[in-house]
Formats: sequence, structure tokens, C-alpha cells
Amino acid sequence: MAIRFLSEEWIKALMQELNMSEAYREAARDWEGDFYFIIEPEGNFRETVIYYMDLWHGECRSACVVTDEKEKNPAFRISAPLSKWRRVIEKKLDPIQGMVTRQLKLQGNLMKIMKAPKAAMALVNCCTLVPTEFPE
Amino acid sequence: MWYFISPEIVYGEDALSRLDELEGKRAFIVTDKQIVSIGFVTQVKERLYQAGIDCRVYDEVESEPSIETVKKGAEAVRIYKPDWIVGLGGGSVMDAAKAMWVLYERPDIEPAEINPFSPLGLRKKARLITIPTTSGTGSDCNWGLVLTDTSEQRKLGLGSHEAHADIAIVDPVFVIGMSPQLTADTGMDALTHAIEGYTSNWKNDFCDGLCLKAVQLVFQYLPRSYHNGQDEEAREKMHNAASIAGLGFGNSMAGLAHSTGHSLGAVFHIPHGRTVGLFLPYTIEFTATVAADYYAEIAHLLKLEHTEIEKAAFSLAQAVRQLAQNINQPLTIKDLGISNSSFENSLPKLVSNADMDTQTVTSARIPTTDEFEKLFRYAYDGKTVDF
Repeated sequence: MAIRFLSEEWIKALMQELNMSEAYREAARDWEGDFYFIIEPEGNFRETVIYYMDLWHGECRSACVVTDEKEKNPAFRISAPLSKWRRVIEKKLDPIQGMVTRQLKLQGNLMKIMKAPKAAMALVNCCTLVPTEFPE
Repeated sequence: MWYFISPEIVYGEDALSRLDELEGKRAFIVTDKQIVSIGFVTQVKERLYQAGIDCRVYDEVESEPSIETVKKGAEAVRIYKPDWIVGLGGGSVMDAAKAMWVLYERPDIEPAEINPFSPLGLRKKARLITIPTTSGTGSDCNWGLVLTDTSEQRKLGLGSHEAHADIAIVDPVFVIGMSPQLTADTGMDALTHAIEGYTSNWKNDFCDGLCLKAVQLVFQYLPRSYHNGQDEEAREKMHNAASIAGLGFGNSMAGLAHSTGHSLGAVFHIPHGRTVGLFLPYTIEFTATVAADYYAEIAHLLKLEHTEIEKAAFSLAQAVRQLAQNINQPLTIKDLGISNSSFENSLPKLVSNADMDTQTVTSARIPTTDEFEKLFRYAYDGKTVDF
């Protein structure tokens, strides 16, 4: 059954996919850093949803929805409107290309991200494994 | 959504005269000692003086420039305060010039922070001219740059959409006397750009034609340039091919021959073109199944014999090996004189570098760490890739 994107269940499902993925574990084996994935309001979708993920050496240690952006202070923040996130998750927008064209806005230590492009791709591949229902 | 970024390109005989029309006060020429010694810097300075522009020369760029070199050069730029920066040389020099220019404009950032994800706000103090003196790098026409982090024995593939030249001057006068070895190394670099640009994950309509044209030009004119350096037509065509390929792959990215080539070059200090050219046939074979149609199109263009689409990549890989052999380029890592023990000791580092290289993710097929290791081993022994 599809899981609604923006829900707590969706990010937990992604956490599960990441922790089961040998490809992600290998690609992100040296990665240390947590993220906010910020889904910005757009069209009928008027709220901001923030997903938090703590990614550590090929493992996702925790993942949740955060209601107050000040709640945590992650190393990286990637923000984009819902439609862009949907294109990434459906593999219609390469995440690196999305960041290069600034359709996805990235904040954080960019040098670190530049050293881990394969981990980013593996993470997105796991996103596509979560059966997802997008809000209209 | 994607971009196609290009400088104003002035090419052909007497293209250097574009400098006569330049407006400005001060130009900072980034180059190396070899380019100074053969008189190219004098030619450029004379043009700039005639245009009423004062010059200063920085000739300390080494092959595969380090972060330290570009920081030192950027300090010299800051003191001189030019309104033009001129990169006159091969890929190392032009990449260093780009980095110095960025650091001049943005003294608040480190070289390794030059990235395409955030705006740099360049061109507030100076603009950039690139004048290639080799036919291969394509750096004159694209927004990428490669620096070496000597402490980590690693090459950093960096870039920004703003870090491209305002004017690229592609004048064949600078390449007529290139040595056969440099001709071969840089020519294979151009070919790698063209083939990878045509087959990468980010290939696109705007770049395809450029990459195909460059492939055709390299196969036709590189052997002539190598065997007769005074062949003016071949020299000019190869010079154009390199810039065309640079424009093509610069807007569609490269692939695994670059990530493996960067890695080998950084660990064993081998010129860029030689390493990427060496890996090209192996990485074509590795990506054969996923980019079969694209390889078939290149094979068709080159009139290579192949019975079915799936086999075209292998025909192309073989044609690349024949070209390399024709111009006395190494076909295996062993041919580079690297001993088996030295190779085995460095293998973890080679694999780790390639794994982290930015060009890996734009490949049509992304290897696992184990597959990278196998690729290096196959390239060491010269085995056809069969996995």
C-alpha cells in the first residue's frame, strides 16, 4: 500500500529502506552528517514540512518529521517545493542536477557533499523504493 | 531544466588578434615557464600593450596544479588588481587561472569550495580570457576545473556555471610545435571528452552534435597531427576538436574514464590525457549494455563494423585502442611502468578516489566499489571488460 509523502510513516519507511540497502551502506560508508529535507509550500499545499534524517556511515540512525525548524541544527538543509521533490523521488530529476540548477537549494558544507555524490544517488534510489502517494 | 554555457569563441588563424580590440587597464597572465620560454607570453603581451593594457605574468603553474599554487597565484592577483585574467597554456594553466580568478573575486572561499550549487557572483572585478596552447583539455570553453589536493593525493573536480571564460581564443598558431607526446596525451583527452559527453547520464540535445563532431575530427586528424606536427590543417582541426569537445562535455559532463583517470593520475602523477585515454576503452566496455544505442551511433558515424547494437561499444573500444596504439599511447596500467606491487599497494586509494569523484555519478552505469576494483585490475592487465 502506498504511503503518503509528507507523513511520519513515509520517512520511517525510507529509513527502513536505507538500512536494508547494501548499495546505500557501501556508497555512504564514510558519510557523517544529518539533514533537513524541507518541502516548501506550493499551490494547494500551503504548509512547510521538514523531514529530519541522521545519516551515519551508511546507516540511518533516526528519521522523523520536525515541526519547528529550530528543533535541530543539522549539518545540511535541502529545500524545494513539493513538485521538485516529487520529480526527484520519481527519478525524473537527478538530485545533483537539481542542486546544480538550484531547483533544490542546498545549505551546508558543500565540500563535503562534493565528496559524496554516490551516496546522494544511492539515497535517492532508496526513496524510489518507498511506495509513495503524493498529495495533489 | 538545464543550461548550455559557452564563452565567446574566437577560432582559426589569427584569432589572437581579438586581443587588439580588448578594453581594459590591466591583465594578469597566468601561465607556466615552458610557455614563457617558447615566446607565447611575449606574443600575448605585445597584443595587450597595443590595446593599451598593462600586464603582469605569473608563470608558476605546475602540471596538475595544486591548491597551494592557486592560492599563491590568487594573492598575486589581489595585489595587482587586474580587470582581465588571461589563462595562457594547457588545461593545468587554464584551470589554475579560473581558480585564481574565483579567489580574487571571492577571497572568502577556499578553492575546494568552488561548486555549482551556490552563486559565486563573479565578474565584479575582472573577466577571464582563455588561450589554449594544447589541443585536448577543453577547459577554455567550459566551466569545470580540476585541482590537486596534494595532502590527500586526490584530484578535485570543481566547477561553477560562472567559472567559464568570457572569451576563448582558439588560435592554431599555439599548437603547431607541440611535441608528439603532448599531442597524443591531449588528443586522447579530447576524444574522451567527446565520447563521454555523448554517453553520460546528463547528455542532452545541445551537446550531442558537438560531441559527435569532435569524435569524428579526432579520429580523422589526431594521427596526422601526431605523425606530422607541421600538418597545419590537422593541427587546426584538432585544436577546434578539443574546444568543441570541451563545450560538449562541459555542458553534459563526463564519466568513468575521468573518475578512474583522475584517480590514477593523482596517485602516480601521470598526465591527465594519458590516464583518461587509457581507461576509455575499458569504461566503454563497462557501460556497453546501458548506453548501447549511443555507442552504436558513434560506431555508425565512424563506419565501424559491428553486427548488432550491443556489440557496437566493443567495436568502438577496439577502435579507440587502435587509435591509441597508432600514436604510441599506453593501453594498460602496466604499460605505464607501474609495477604490480606498487599497483596493488595503491589499489584501495585508487578505488576510493574514483568512488568519490564527481564524474562517477554522471556515468551511464555507476560501479560498485568491487566493480571499480575490477575495472582497475582489468585495466592493469589489459583484459576486455566482461562484467
